[in-house]
Amino acid sequence: MAAITTLKDAIRDNVNSGDTVAFEGFTHLIPFAAAHEVIRQGITDLTLIRMTPDVIYDQLIGMGRVKKVVFSYAGNPGVGLLRRMRDAVENQWPRALEMEEHSHSAMAQAYEAGASGLPCAVFRGYLGADLKRVNPNIKSVTCPFTGEVLAAVPSLRPDVTVIHAQKANRKGDVLIEGIIGVQKEAALAARRVVVTVEEIVDDFGDLHPNLCILPNWTVTALAQVPGGATPSYAHGYYDRDNSAYLEWDKVSADRDLFTTWMQENVLDATPDTFADRIARLKETAA
Amino acid sequence: MSSFSATEMMTIAAARALKNDDVVFVGIGAPSAACNLARLTHAPDITLIYESGTIGTKPDVLPLSIGDGELCETAVTTVSVPEMFRYWLQGGRISVGFLGGAQIDRFGNINTTVIGDYHTPKIRLPGGGGAPEIASSCQKVFITMKQSLRGFVDKIDFYTSFGHGEGGDHRKRLGITTQGPMLLVTDLAVWEPDPISKEFTVTSLHPGVTRDAVQATVGWTVAFADSVTETPPPTTEELDVLRALHARTDAAHGKKEKAA
Repeated sequence: MAAITTLKDAIRDNVNSGDTVAFEGFTHLIPFAAAHEVIRQGITDLTLIRMTPDVIYDQLIGMGRVKKVVFSYAGNPGVGLLRRMRDAVENQWPRALEMEEHSHSAMAQAYEAGASGLPCAVFRGYLGADLKRVNPNIKSVTCPFTGEVLAAVPSLRPDVTVIHAQKANRKGDVLIEGIIGVQKEAALAARRVVVTVEEIVDDFGDLHPNLCILPNWTVTALAQVPGGATPSYAHGYYDRDNSAYLEWDKVSADRDLFTTWMQENVLDATPDTFADRIARLKETAA
Repeated sequence: MSSFSATEMMTIAAARALKNDDVVFVGIGAPSAACNLARLTHAPDITLIYESGTIGTKPDVLPLSIGDGELCETAVTTVSVPEMFRYWLQGGRISVGFLGGAQIDRFGNINTTVIGDYHTPKIRLPGGGGAPEIASSCQKVFITMKQSLRGFVDKIDFYTSFGHGEGGDHRKRLGITTQGPMLLVTDLAVWEPDPISKEFTVTSLHPGVTRDAVQATVGWTVAFADSVTETPPPTTEELDVLRALHARTDAAHGKKEKAA
């Protein structure tokens, strides 16, 4: 049964230095508030998993909290490259970064294998691709029935998966709609699950019966953080703040500017900042 | 006929290659513009799929990213990402994978991973995302990108996605049963693979483009087909629809930018 708590306690109780953590979301519902809380609590030496590491991984990497990242596409969505991640890869600043790189298909199926309790994912992939030359975790198996050689990658089993969702009810059942990404698989593959939500409602009443994707007993801790996905978007709640992604391209281009920005906007901030940010978004949009 | 830019010609020529009954796995950027132009002109029933899980999407403006909310709101259905890659892509339901790239070679192999050595890269690029399996699981692959000496290279630094490899029957030898890159549309020309060698060969030059101009932006000796035609210039309808799409896109995204 999910413990309904504050973001601060949810992170303190569930995310430890040295953990393997997946903050998932496919452009939609990126758990910004939770990642910022991890940074504020000084949690470090993380192995981060994510299909599409974006700004929050750039921030965690730039702050020196990450020793390894497992990923399939690292970019600032709609803008370009991740400059802090590049600086870590190309210049080891502020520390060297280990990388395990896959394709989307491999990552998605490795989460699914993790959720299914399987040791590996088997699929038709990486044919002629160089990733299997540089990533020793990409191997092959031969189908015992047809003889076809298929790709195999180890299943993903995060210590903790952190996601942001639209709604929970008072018992802690969690609902996600819109682009659902790989959140369900990432949550069910993990040992512990931390969920932030836009709102907690009495019950799901007349909602579509397939929208509840995580029953409360699959969630370890749940916290209400309105605006917790901004500057990404929450379908039905607020739009993507595209200007923030463009701004990040500039902030992340310079080490000092980055450090100052993180101090002001993350280290000196609180989870409540996120509610203010969407209030401002809604005001100027009106 | 009004005047048009090389980029407009590229998008329009790429859009023309798509059919009404195609099911297309759409990459972001230039492929996305071409696919939506096709949908808004000659292929109204085309199925556009973005890897965020949106199937049969009909966005009014071009998305900034593969996961924009409008892709979901206008889709026939939105599935999870594992389902997208397993049932729809690996399941063989996609007729055309539409890709762009940072580096390409004469056989349509694409690099979007690194410039330089993988472990000590000169430039770390975003990586492959869905491309390695799009390149092998779609029935065929179309590529669109602008020509430049940096992009059109004799040898790519990393095989992010496999085209025709070293040419000939290389795909077959690796057990790949799909056709691979069958069309390359650039800002200067339309290229198609030679039926035997599989080397991309210029089959059509865009209006006003010379062979020398094509060669000047390509890092290998360009092969031209025996009969090279001229790409028909954009029609008024094609240009009007494309420009309106871009204007709507700029207005929508510009408005959101001001909202911060």
